[in-house]
Amino acid sequence: MTSPQPPRVRPSRVRFGVLVVGLGLLLAACAENAPQDTLEPEGPISRQIDDLVTPIFWVAIVIGLAVLAAILYASWAFRRSRQGEDYIPPQIHGNTRLEIGWTIAPAVLLAVIAVPTVSTILDLADRPADAMDVTVYGAQWWWEYEYPSTSTRGPVVTANELHIPIDQPVHLTMTSRDVIHSYWVPKLAGKKDVVPGRWHTLTIQADEPGEYFGQCVEFCGASHANMRLRVIAHTPDEFEDWLDHNAADRTAPPAGSLEATGEDLITAKGCTTCHVLRGVSTADQIEALRGRLIRVDGDPTPFAPDLTHVGSRGTFAGSLFDLNIGELKAWLRNPPERKDGSLMPNLNLTEDEIDALANYLLSLD
Amino acid sequence: MAITEERALESGIDALVHPDDEIGVWKRPDSNRGWTSWLTTVDHKRIGIMYGAVALFFFVIGGIEALVIRTQLAGPEQDLISGQVYNQFFTMHATTMVFLFVMPILAGFANYMVPLMIGARDVAFPRLNALGFWIFFFGGLFLYSSFFLGGMADCGWFCYAPNSLKQFSSGHGVDFWVLGLQITGIASLSGAINLIVTTINMRAPGMTMMKMPIFVWMSLVAQVLLLFAMPVITVALFLLMFDRLFDANFFNVAAGADPLLWQHLFWIFGHPEVYILVLPAMGIVSEILPTFSRKPLFGYPFVVFSGIAIGFMGWGVWAHHMFASGLGPIGVSAFAASTMFIAVPTGVKIFNWLGTIWRGNIRFDTPMLFALAFVGMFVIGGLSGVTHSIAPADTQQTDTYYIVAHFHYVLFGGSIMGIFGGLYYWWPKMFGRQLDEGLGKVHFWINLIGFNLTFGPMHILGLQGMPRRTQTYAEGMGWDVWNLMSTIGSYLIAVALLVFIYNIWRTYKRAVPAAADPWDGRTLEWSIPSPPPIHNFDVEPTVEHLDQWFHDKYEETLDGKIVKRDPAPTLLAEPQQHSDEGEPIWPSSVHMPSPSYWPMVVAAGLPMISFGLIFHLAISFVGVTVVLAGIYGWSLEPSAEERH
Repeated sequence: MTSPQPPRVRPSRVRFGVLVVGLGLLLAACAENAPQDTLEPEGPISRQIDDLVTPIFWVAIVIGLAVLAAILYASWAFRRSRQGEDYIPPQIHGNTRLEIGWTIAPAVLLAVIAVPTVSTILDLADRPADAMDVTVYGAQWWWEYEYPSTSTRGPVVTANELHIPIDQPVHLTMTSRDVIHSYWVPKLAGKKDVVPGRWHTLTIQADEPGEYFGQCVEFCGASHANMRLRVIAHTPDEFEDWLDHNAADRTAPPAGSLEATGEDLITAKGCTTCHVLRGVSTADQIEALRGRLIRVDGDPTPFAPDLTHVGSRGTFAGSLFDLNIGELKAWLRNPPERKDGSLMPNLNLTEDEIDALANYLLSLD
Repeated sequence: MAITEERALESGIDALVHPDDEIGVWKRPDSNRGWTSWLTTVDHKRIGIMYGAVALFFFVIGGIEALVIRTQLAGPEQDLISGQVYNQFFTMHATTMVFLFVMPILAGFANYMVPLMIGARDVAFPRLNALGFWIFFFGGLFLYSSFFLGGMADCGWFCYAPNSLKQFSSGHGVDFWVLGLQITGIASLSGAINLIVTTINMRAPGMTMMKMPIFVWMSLVAQVLLLFAMPVITVALFLLMFDRLFDANFFNVAAGADPLLWQHLFWIFGHPEVYILVLPAMGIVSEILPTFSRKPLFGYPFVVFSGIAIGFMGWGVWAHHMFASGLGPIGVSAFAASTMFIAVPTGVKIFNWLGTIWRGNIRFDTPMLFALAFVGMFVIGGLSGVTHSIAPADTQQTDTYYIVAHFHYVLFGGSIMGIFGGLYYWWPKMFGRQLDEGLGKVHFWINLIGFNLTFGPMHILGLQGMPRRTQTYAEGMGWDVWNLMSTIGSYLIAVALLVFIYNIWRTYKRAVPAAADPWDGRTLEWSIPSPPPIHNFDVEPTVEHLDQWFHDKYEETLDGKIVKRDPAPTLLAEPQQHSDEGEPIWPSSVHMPSPSYWPMVVAAGLPMISFGLIFHLAISFVGVTVVLAGIYGWSLEPSAEERH
């Protein structure tokens, strides 16, 4: 074999590469608004996590750059084209002191990091005393929320969009009705798996009124990507109003209107077999649907969102679509086509039926 | 078994029987030529090459799957493929890369190199070795037959229950996955036992454990991990299989099960598996860096013991895959701490690699470039790994693209860079031909740039909240640019792979014969011709030093200088000789195990049994018959026939 070519390293190019990567990272830091950005917390819990990890990120970046720089420096300084083809370096087998040093130093560093980590873990596990409770149910591929009843109103059940008051911890108690899901609103808290047969808890809290994005983050089947959610934070007063409004039954549409035709279709097309629509569903239907905790193999009735106030929501079908007449009609024409694996079947509705139903559902504010 | 032959030789008694050639259905194969001889070979080198070839084939398949995934994700709200198909693709991408590419190609390296590096003529159990290969081969084909038989698995490579149960994944895809992994698991187990016995029992005289080449050490640790990890996944797969086939309700929540049982079993296997995938690659890199720096591995005992430490600690960190699964704060704290501290032995290795090249005399051939890239990329992957151990932060990171970035830096930037380095390093030894250096460097740079372009932006995507395993994403999430970059990068990786494949083809066409020792190597495999003769060593080598071949070639003068010995040492084997018929000839004192059909027959029965479990039990019956017939024929066949 011919003797190998002497090395041709171009350190200037290597440095240029480092510069480009570095600039890329800088650009990343000031990227456009990302509604699920974990590095821009908007609540105390998420901020506590961010505060814990940010210094560790920087330490990691410094160590990483130092090691990479050492590799590049050694590659440049000890290259054969500089030292000669025949040079045989001293055969150094090691240095015990050095090696004990670089075993102990990282261990000490990690021990230092472990202290705030463990204290944060323990801290976040506690249920804050002033927390508000909401029960969360995950199901393929949407979320259901249940607010406990009080002396003045009944329980509130809604879907996908979780309404919370600001500046108050909200303690979610969560389970799944089929496979494992995971509940995550990055700007408000870390995630927690939602596991069938188990009740897991997660505390979230928002600083400001507004809309926070989230989605299911445990792989849960064909429409995992489409199992999204929103958290809508209100001032405490607005939140109480929202609760009161949503505790009420639906407002009946005026007789003879398009909406009234829609309401008739709700029963005629069997929507209430799976959906609860308080004021339209019978008491027996509601009891049967609400009484189930988990989907048993062979049960033909999937879990489906409560429709009582569906018209007041901003999104539907696992927060996948904005709620408007066009999207709603497209959905009613053929749900599985709009959302992979949708458990709502194609009901083969006529355009007139779709029109009536969509208008009716939008009127349910 | 190779040991027996040597004992027979030592005692001077021809202990080998000469049975009828007509045992069983076929005449015993006796040729080492022609393509049919590959089907019956028990030569560890040929089996190693077959492992590598099949693994590279599956690498291409898994890569195509990755390209489809990246194309789908190039922009928001694309619908190139449906959610159902996407789920099959990402499931099989991971399954393929882990079980059908990285594991078998590392098995191939170990198969080929371990006997050469320890001065042995073959592995301890040559036919078991062939059996392992054929089981892997048929297992891989069985897994992919699902593509033509109603759809591949769609449960993710982690296949979490209850999503993997019949209720939620009603096709046969998951059945194929479960049974396919059971089959390839048998291959891994048999290979592990074989290599452990080989390493412990068949080292050349004088090669104590602490004089073993570091690749042999890391490979040994990985095999021990396999030996203990495979039974865990085997149990888990059996439970899942019983659930799906016989309604056993191990994971059926409606029947009272807790599906977290699956996660624990899977990750008790799954985390050691990560080290199974990376330790041998670390071993390869630890061979390449000293050779091209002309210095011994810095702190060999520290590297060995940190490898062993990783092997032990690797069993105590599995639940860091489950920080969001509801473990409870004490459990989370314990696993957070253990995960942090596994970074210590990993860091030791990295510092020792730096120490190895420091004050060396570094030559930048393609293997060295890949080895240096391994160290650099692995540092990035290791450090992002440390950020996962901050368990509260992990609840923000887990199941996002940040994790995808992390483990690709470890497994692609780590294992696969190491594998490419190993391929360029040992290719001349394996095939007697040198891969083109120029093309190699083109391959390296495109690969390195493509890799960083693909997986670098995923860190940002994950921290910006993009979940993994999602076939689509909305506009306006701030993810568009990074996804497009990542997709472009993935095409660059594909281009790099094409360059590599072209390089192989060109090397095959325009053969440049390789020297026995083209890199000025330090270990025993460089002391024999390229490619090695079928019996490896004419004379069993004797070992006095770590890096024995370096000591054979160089000596220290009185004033402490290292100079070449004069005369240079002779090779420990003559180049391969062939008879007039083209049969390889080896010295009459050497007796090698004979080829056999039976390993392939036994292996062929296993997928039949599995097809039967899915479609009709009658097929299983045929499969069992084939396996039993194979075992029967095998047990009547002596390990070696006398040569005529």
